[in-house]
Amino acid sequence: MFQTFGWGHVEFLVAALQWTAALAGMAMLGGALGGLLMVVLRLSRLRVLRGTARAVTYVVQGTPLLVQLFLAYFGAAQAGLQVPPLLAAALAFTLWASAFLGEIWRGAIEGVPTGQREAGLALGLRPGQVMRRIVLPQAVRPAIPPTVGFLVQLVKNTAIASIIGFRELTRAGQIVANVTFHPMAVFLVVALLYFALCYPLSLIARRLERRLGGPRPLAGPITV
Amino acid sequence: MSLFDAFDFSGILARWPELAWGAFTTLWIAVAAMIGGLAIGAAAAWAGLSRHRAVRLVPAVYVEAIRNTPFLVQAYVLYFGLPAIGMRLTSYPAALLSLSIYAGAYAAEILRAGIEAVPGGQVEAARSLGLSRIATLRLVVLRQALAAMYPALVSQFVLVMLASSLVSAIAVPELTAAANDIQGQTFRSFEAFMVVAALYLALTALVRTGLAGLERRVCAFRFVGAR
Repeated sequence: MFQTFGWGHVEFLVAALQWTAALAGMAMLGGALGGLLMVVLRLSRLRVLRGTARAVTYVVQGTPLLVQLFLAYFGAAQAGLQVPPLLAAALAFTLWASAFLGEIWRGAIEGVPTGQREAGLALGLRPGQVMRRIVLPQAVRPAIPPTVGFLVQLVKNTAIASIIGFRELTRAGQIVANVTFHPMAVFLVVALLYFALCYPLSLIARRLERRLGGPRPLAGPITV
Repeated sequence: MSLFDAFDFSGILARWPELAWGAFTTLWIAVAAMIGGLAIGAAAAWAGLSRHRAVRLVPAVYVEAIRNTPFLVQAYVLYFGLPAIGMRLTSYPAALLSLSIYAGAYAAEILRAGIEAVPGGQVEAARSLGLSRIATLRLVVLRQALAAMYPALVSQFVLVMLASSLVSAIAVPELTAAANDIQGQTFRSFEAFMVVAALYLALTALVRTGLAGLERRVCAFRFVGAR
């Protein structure tokens, strides 16, 4: 018999929210490492490495995340590996996040005025020192708001993992919708839970954008 | 045994008519959703300029609600939710409607930023030169706004096309659904999704180069005198 949609179901959905958060967290951690790797490759002196990173970014940003997820999930199964949905999803989302975070961070690094680099070199710093002590510290500030904004995209996109059967919030919603036959109420509650997670992040990203994103002030009056 | 012996693409490539039809469906759904999204986005941007606070609140709530929830859940609300309260929607209308609503929330921001990018002095100059309000809007504001937001709109179109892969989950037979169908019958899932990934790449490349070519026409004045 059908169950009526009640508090027990809402609790079930809220519990599923932690799997959404877990997947997003795993992808964010993996994506941060992968993104760093992408930045290093993109800024490498070797053309092959730059080309590889660019090709990976191009493919990831030019194909749907769902197809990437299917490749990880069904591809592994075809290779004889029974990968649980969480692992396949974490893998696909990590690759996806790496490409996007890599682009965001590379943009922040390239946004540092060339004069800063040139000044560092002119003062006799080695290229590595220029990167570590002059360019990177200035690239961190503008990189923060888009990184937080990307986290919103990541949380929202974990819903796609429901399609390969990972029981996060959206999949839990489908299960509850099937037993209660109140899909409207159920999916609205699901949407509300996503909103509760994403909207604060969006607000933080916007506030940071206002505080950090604007034109950086010069270092102060130039005195001779 | 080389790596390539392990893969067998013949069964997938033999189903090329399905793949071609799927790619065509993906493309037209994306075009229709983008047009719908621009219409909704324009209405939202226009309402956002209203003098009345209550009217301005409507597009603000719409934009935040759509941008902070997953598209998949929005599609489920329309496809599974509406019939339960007595509004029957088949998969195509549900897909087009949900994708348009989704695209509209992003288009609204792009349109607003585009119009704001035109300096107020331009409007004053056009008006004092005797141009009518309509002529000012058409020849001075919209033309420059379109040029300012053209790259963002192209990226938006690509994102809508990639997001349209999710309507395979509400039974629309587009490109991803075709791949799913084929892999279910050939058990060559990796190959099927590799081919479809390549097709999506080709579609995005096609759209990007095609629209970049169009930019010279749409934003012709920007290139006047440019070397």
